[in-house]
Amino acid sequence: MTNTSPPVLDIRNLRVEYPLANGSTLTAVKNIDLTIQPGEIHALVGESGAGKTTVGNALMGLLQAPGKIVAGSISIAGKPIDVRTGRTEGIIPGRDVGAIFQDPMTSLNPLFTVESQLCEGMLTHLNISGREARARALDLMKAVGIPEPERRLGSYPHQLSGGQRQRVVIATALACDPKLIVADEPTTALDVSVQAQILKLIRELADARGVGVLLVTHNMGVVAEIADRVTIMQNGDVVESGSALEVLTAPKAPYARTLISAVPPIDTRLERLPVPSDETKTTRKARDAVRRNSTKGDTARTGDVILDVRNLCVEYGRHSLIPGRKASVFKAVKDVSFDVRRGEIFGLVGESGCGKTTVANTIAGLVTQSSGDIDFQGTALGARRGKSVRQSLQMVFQDPYSALNPRLRINATIAEPILFYNLASTAEQARQDARTLLEAVGLPAETGTRFSHAFSGGQRQRIAIARALGPRPSMLICDEPTSALDVSVQAQLLNLLKDLRDLAGLSMLFISHDLAVIRQMCDRVAVMKAGEIVELADTETLFTAPKHDYTRELLRLAPSLDRILCNESNATSLRR
Amino acid sequence: MAWQSLLHRLPPVSVMIAGLILAIVVVLVIFAPMIAPMDPRDVSSYSLMDMEIPPAFMEGGDSRFLLGTDNQGRDLVSVILFGLRISILIGLGAVLFAAAVGVVLGLISGFFGGVVDSIVMRFADVLVSFPTILVALLISGIARAQLSADTVLLWAPVILIFAIAVNEWVQYARTVRASTMVEVARDYVRAAKVIGLPSGRIMMRHILPNVMSSVMVISTINLAGAILTEATLSFLGAGMPPTYPSLGTLIRIGNQFLFSGLWWIAVMPAAVLVILVLAVNVIGDYLRDRFNPKLMAR
Repeated sequence: MTNTSPPVLDIRNLRVEYPLANGSTLTAVKNIDLTIQPGEIHALVGESGAGKTTVGNALMGLLQAPGKIVAGSISIAGKPIDVRTGRTEGIIPGRDVGAIFQDPMTSLNPLFTVESQLCEGMLTHLNISGREARARALDLMKAVGIPEPERRLGSYPHQLSGGQRQRVVIATALACDPKLIVADEPTTALDVSVQAQILKLIRELADARGVGVLLVTHNMGVVAEIADRVTIMQNGDVVESGSALEVLTAPKAPYARTLISAVPPIDTRLERLPVPSDETKTTRKARDAVRRNSTKGDTARTGDVILDVRNLCVEYGRHSLIPGRKASVFKAVKDVSFDVRRGEIFGLVGESGCGKTTVANTIAGLVTQSSGDIDFQGTALGARRGKSVRQSLQMVFQDPYSALNPRLRINATIAEPILFYNLASTAEQARQDARTLLEAVGLPAETGTRFSHAFSGGQRQRIAIARALGPRPSMLICDEPTSALDVSVQAQLLNLLKDLRDLAGLSMLFISHDLAVIRQMCDRVAVMKAGEIVELADTETLFTAPKHDYTRELLRLAPSLDRILCNESNATSLRR
Repeated sequence: MAWQSLLHRLPPVSVMIAGLILAIVVVLVIFAPMIAPMDPRDVSSYSLMDMEIPPAFMEGGDSRFLLGTDNQGRDLVSVILFGLRISILIGLGAVLFAAAVGVVLGLISGFFGGVVDSIVMRFADVLVSFPTILVALLISGIARAQLSADTVLLWAPVILIFAIAVNEWVQYARTVRASTMVEVARDYVRAAKVIGLPSGRIMMRHILPNVMSSVMVISTINLAGAILTEATLSFLGAGMPPTYPSLGTLIRIGNQFLFSGLWWIAVMPAAVLVILVLAVNVIGDYLRDRFNPKLMAR
């Protein structure tokens, strides 16, 4: 960088503390230094609880009481900010720092038009007339690439798509010409194709306007895609900081190395993800016990078809009671056919709203199909299904925080299905089984006496898996089992699911929006778009030689760590 | 440090006073036969000679009768203690009955949705469009007309409990239904469905414990309402008979002598009623705030 203008953001020794109710203090951010030059995108990465969002909030004056800045200095565009009060009093959010939040659904006020939300900040902070503000708003809409900007100014947020809304949020952030933008997980709530567009837009705006961007994210792929520099945080500390290329390709700190190696690669398949194994003597013993229990399906051979879905259609919406009146029906799944073989992990991948979760819910019996056949181990599945079918078909859900009953102890949660299917003769025996299952999924058996709130997201998901294994199923449906988790926890859970498949001969229907996860987990994959399967192939074939345009598009847009090498040359040539 | 955090967790003074009052009331009510100077149900224990004596602290008062006597010579302390007993019994009974019916119907409505939900909720809508007092009067009126005087006398508390609960269950059903609909969409309930547990078991074991806190809060607030409704009915003559008076019946009796200067017969039980209802309401409000998820974050 050869410019002489001061850095847009200069943080020195920033320390943020939260006094806790019991008198101690939680240091969320410990003495961090951070500098952003004009036009630079600086990524702040780390797992949940690392303190990365706290830094962003401190800059925007959004620190939640009782959190306060206890030490350090901040200057924005060369202007020092007073932090003696524990807040960034001098910063006027909107004028000095623009903000882009995670969820474009909630960061725009649904009751105001795009125009009034764009102009509001300008009229407050800049000394301009309404006419000038409108003209600027129109320019901004053009700059962020919204089609028909003139007409869209009069729209309400609900009339725009998610991607367009995030563009409007970006326009709002730029409205008062701030030198710095804080983007907190700006694409986490978006589909890959939209994510790629938004990331490109942020990169272009940073280059064209010389705005510095602090990009808070947990996604290494996003970092590789657009960041110039990276700071990795852990427990409030900076672990490593440097140019994106260096940090991502040759991380020095051990934590940075684990974090980056835990990211599932999209272009190769690994036998196991390189995270510390959770297998110990106790888990091995427990897993042996699980294996002995699950040998009931020994007559069936690996490779037989266990689940056969033919022409599945699912419709939502009510049929009108008045005859002759057209019913409003939404076809969530249209004519979907696939089969899953014994011992196989079958992947369903697609963007949000493509119907992949509906397929899972239909097979699990939470939704009834409107037409089509599901054949599971020789039994046709419909609205009513027998006990044995229910027992052999279990499910793991997406959100670990709502998947466990908060009023039941973990042992009771896991023992309930075991008792219900008479797999244990006494309650004591069921509790013993629950303890074994807990050990098999890598949790200490003693933890079973606690309630779910004592566990982290990853641990809860392990408990949910233990509960699903209790009835000794032959098939497990996993609906985005790791999408709510941090990357290192995700890697451990993916390894665990693979282990369980290998030892219990489980078949799995694995649903994800993350192509890299699918590549690591699945033997065969079906790609869904708008309720239909557009391509079904072996994982290796699909990823190396995709046939359908949509699959190619998805693969091209998925952010990937390894792309940084070729990106770097492009980006530098772009910037010249 | 420890005592400071303890102090921080204590409820406000008003709530503690209300709690103290309720505790005293509970003790008095349970041990009423032992505490009360006389048994108002035993005709031989009082005499017409003692009728209309003012409270002990007034001119002409008698130290035997702390709050004076009524028109039949009954000690007001004793009748109020026994009246309190009946009022609280009917209040609790009505709340429990309404809660049982409302929680079950609310769970069923919220869990199954669709036609079942529509039927239960429309029925509830129709029911609450009648004023509570009107429905209660109607029910106790019909009971009186259909049953013999002796049966009515015997079953008066049960009739009252039913008459009050008939309208009160709706509030439980609506609240529980709303909470159930939230819980049903959460993954632990969906997991229970996939495991294959029967609906009844999912409702009782998984959903009910998670909606119970709101039921507790409504119950406290409704208890005050039920006690008041009972008092109103008894005051109107459709409640407890004068031989087994509740607080409402006592106020009704006293009302006849209010203009003869014998104010204490009406005012004493009325004061007790006000204190009781106030105490219950203060605690109910406190619980509502404590269990409000929007305020819980503090």
